[in-house]
Amino acid sequence: MARVVVDVMLKPEILDPQGQAVANALPRVGVTGVASVRIGKRIEIEFSGEPDLEQARLVADKLLANPVIEDFTIRVEETAKAAAP
Amino acid sequence: MTTTPETIVDGSDSGPAGEPPETPEAKATDAQAPEAQAPEAQAPEAQAPEATDTTAEDVEEAEAAEPAETESTGEPAPAPAPAPTWKEVGFDTVARATGTPFEHQPFLELGLQDDEHAKIEQILGRRPTESELAMYSIMWSEHCSYKSSKLHLRQFGEKAPRSERLLAGIGENAGVVRVSDRLAVTFKVESHNHPSFVEPYQGAATGVGGIVRDILAMGARPIAVMDPLRFGAADHEDTRRVLPGVIAGVGGYGNCLGLPNIGGEVVFDECYRGNPLVNALCVGVLPVGRLQSKAATGPGNLVVLIGAKTGRDGIGGVSVLASATFDAESEQRRPSVQVGDPFMEKLLIEACLEIYDAGLVVGIQDLGGAGLTCALAETAAAGGTGMSVNLDLVPLREASMDPPEVLASESQERMLLIVTPDNLPVVLSICSRWGVLATAIGEVVAPEVGGGRLRIWWRNELIVDVPPGSLADDGPVYARPMREPADRILLLADRAETLPQPSAADELRATVLRMAASPNLCDKTWVTEQYDRYVLGNTVLAQPEDAGVLRIDERSGLGVALSVDGNGRFARLDPYTGAKLALAEAYRNVAVTGAIPVAVTNCLNFGSPEDPGVMWQFAEAVRGLADGCQELGIPVTGGNVSFYNQTGTMAIHPTPVVGVLGLLANVAARVPMGFANAGDPIFILGETRDELSGSEWAHVTHGHLGGTPPTVDLAAEQRLAGVLAEAARVGHLAAAHDLSDGGLAQALVEACLRRGFGAQITLPDGLPPFVQLFSESAARVLVSVSRGQEAAFAALAAERGVPCAALGAVRAPSSVLAVEGLFDIPLDELREAHTGTLPALFGELASRTGEQSGELASRTGEQSGELASRTGEQSGELASRTGELSGELATEPGS
Repeated sequence: MARVVVDVMLKPEILDPQGQAVANALPRVGVTGVASVRIGKRIEIEFSGEPDLEQARLVADKLLANPVIEDFTIRVEETAKAAAP
Repeated sequence: MTTTPETIVDGSDSGPAGEPPETPEAKATDAQAPEAQAPEAQAPEAQAPEATDTTAEDVEEAEAAEPAETESTGEPAPAPAPAPTWKEVGFDTVARATGTPFEHQPFLELGLQDDEHAKIEQILGRRPTESELAMYSIMWSEHCSYKSSKLHLRQFGEKAPRSERLLAGIGENAGVVRVSDRLAVTFKVESHNHPSFVEPYQGAATGVGGIVRDILAMGARPIAVMDPLRFGAADHEDTRRVLPGVIAGVGGYGNCLGLPNIGGEVVFDECYRGNPLVNALCVGVLPVGRLQSKAATGPGNLVVLIGAKTGRDGIGGVSVLASATFDAESEQRRPSVQVGDPFMEKLLIEACLEIYDAGLVVGIQDLGGAGLTCALAETAAAGGTGMSVNLDLVPLREASMDPPEVLASESQERMLLIVTPDNLPVVLSICSRWGVLATAIGEVVAPEVGGGRLRIWWRNELIVDVPPGSLADDGPVYARPMREPADRILLLADRAETLPQPSAADELRATVLRMAASPNLCDKTWVTEQYDRYVLGNTVLAQPEDAGVLRIDERSGLGVALSVDGNGRFARLDPYTGAKLALAEAYRNVAVTGAIPVAVTNCLNFGSPEDPGVMWQFAEAVRGLADGCQELGIPVTGGNVSFYNQTGTMAIHPTPVVGVLGLLANVAARVPMGFANAGDPIFILGETRDELSGSEWAHVTHGHLGGTPPTVDLAAEQRLAGVLAEAARVGHLAAAHDLSDGGLAQALVEACLRRGFGAQITLPDGLPPFVQLFSESAARVLVSVSRGQEAAFAALAAERGVPCAALGAVRAPSSVLAVEGLFDIPLDELREAHTGTLPALFGELASRTGEQSGELASRTGEQSGELASRTGEQSGELASRTGELSGELATEPGS
């Protein structure tokens, strides 16, 4: 079994109200010196056999990300390694 | 990113006396610095602004003046380099532009024509700088300058009946209508078609945000929105992509703002496939004395930018997106999509209203299409003043932005205020209390000083020096060629009245059911249940009622009724009549509630004005609407034109969307659309003719469009409205429902299903039953009258000259819609047909929200709005600003 991780982030020039809200809330929990927070999402796709990056890319492009305003990256993560620690 | 809280701290902690003036003063001096330079720096140019051929002398003078001036002020002087080169400075300046008259400029790519570029050079007496070119290209685009439509739109003013009620009309951000001694109402409809096709969720959401700011800029509190929407065929895959996103965007933004969505339209037609129409209307209410002006008056007053930071949102949105046709290139041209933040808008609304109430602004303008460029140019032009702006003071989301980007950015949730220096500290502190960034970026300059020019500095260099009027008012005006489309004769000859019609009873029964289930006539709950319709507690009627009705004064019960309507098919057949029919329908929809129509707004959606056929349609539609308003005695108070709604050579049907505002003395007397008491007699008002061309029946059954649209008789509409208002006032009416798309059959279906009452109908003698059921003749209304009052009602109709025929009576709940001698349809069967269509096409809503289908959430960009609200971002955001809640909530993802 192998896991493909898709990270979806708003493109850099796109406004992220959610990230802004978090950034604005940080001083209240005593965190200072943060210039910017941007929020995206991480999707884990478990393949039953070998990870198929092409399919994962297709899924990301057609389903998970909105390419008009979002970028995504794809990587394979070893499940064993991820589970160990 | 933490600037907002910091600003709050600055403002509120420092107390009223000591500190706050310091920040503002510092800013004010920053802003004044360039102004001080202005007269000297510009003196040479001001002498020869008309000189079309830039002489060597001018150049020398300008260049000489530059360094001299920098030294004399000596104030900024980090780089005392004389006449800096492009490479050194990294941006284009007025001095450079004067010195390099022949430098190539990409004006064609920016959408400017050769002659337009030449005119700019003539106005400036030199080539424009990079920033000036960006500003002219935006302000002279079709979207901002109305260059193709101006000539025709004048009729709205010229033919407008004089109205005592009109406090602000065309040319303002929105028209304002006085509704009582104390209160006024402002409303306007605008298009956001192109952005919504590119990114449905954000396009539609920012469409709502934009129109709300227009209303806010007039001094009003926004109280409701409406949205007329048009999509391609309901079962087409593009529609499946665009519609859910648009609906979610309209709902997401409006719901987060806490504004009820009280109506609109959802229309499907193949012609809108590549060009969905997303129009948004907002209505606001204000005390008469709070009316705001956009004029930047009072030399020495400060120009204050408030709201969100400026980022690379929608750059070129206006010039490239809104004024160019979609084609293969649009993929690359796609500028960064504007993303709205309704929570910021909510704060902006509250801050502005507090500032208005304290009487702290001289002028105000919202930032929408064309961003800062438009706001600066329009406020200065309206005030007849000059303006000096230090662009370095604009708070940026990304530090690497160039001046043209800052000027063209369409970042949402921003407003421009003109404030006296004395009031600045209070304005800043109010803004900081609401968590709204506020920055003085410039100053109003007396017209005598330097010729009343708009001057913008960047890194201590003069980068813009233009007459503001040349941007805002003196854009090109085109009398575009017009020609009646050649196919129109054939189109008019191809009448729908000659199509095969059903006549057997069971055929008619099936037709009623099929029509009730057709996408344009079916129940729109799938859409409207995504909108908050009753928030704020003043919604009296909302969709599916004919008009939205809002209470605006709790003490007197005074209210307004609003309806938006359009029929692209009628306008395609005959734009003049089609526009009048749209007006008549909206007028009638307002009248059936018992309200008295008083004002009109419009959104004119058309193809390319460069196509003589489209231009002819446009001219005819404007003429029709202006004539119609004149006949009805209600003025057009404002509106919007959206051209280039076409893909390739295929233009949309000409689609004038007309909004009518009516007044109800007491909303308790409003008349709903649904039958409500068994036994109430039912009447039809108005005259039914054999008019099926352009009808919904011809569209659904035959896919046919041809012939002449129904006759429009505005005098009859006026008489009808008179009867309805009077009957509502004295309490005759239990229900009233407008007859339009789908004719009598559809009106009966809706009036029955609204509250689940049946009806027993006997069609009058005369026309064949099919024609009586499906003709779309105008000036007709279906009413049910309270028992015992039918004689009085019939007498009232007769007295006012309105044809009135008895149709039957309301039957018991959960019974049948029965037409004597033809058919009985149980209400359950009717309801199943009427309500099943949209869920079948677009999926059950419950499952969509329940499972949080990843597809919809991310594909439509719903994510940012929807997810944000789900994860408690709303509370997180507001809380972080008011300090009531720990930041944890905001970071805790809810899904």
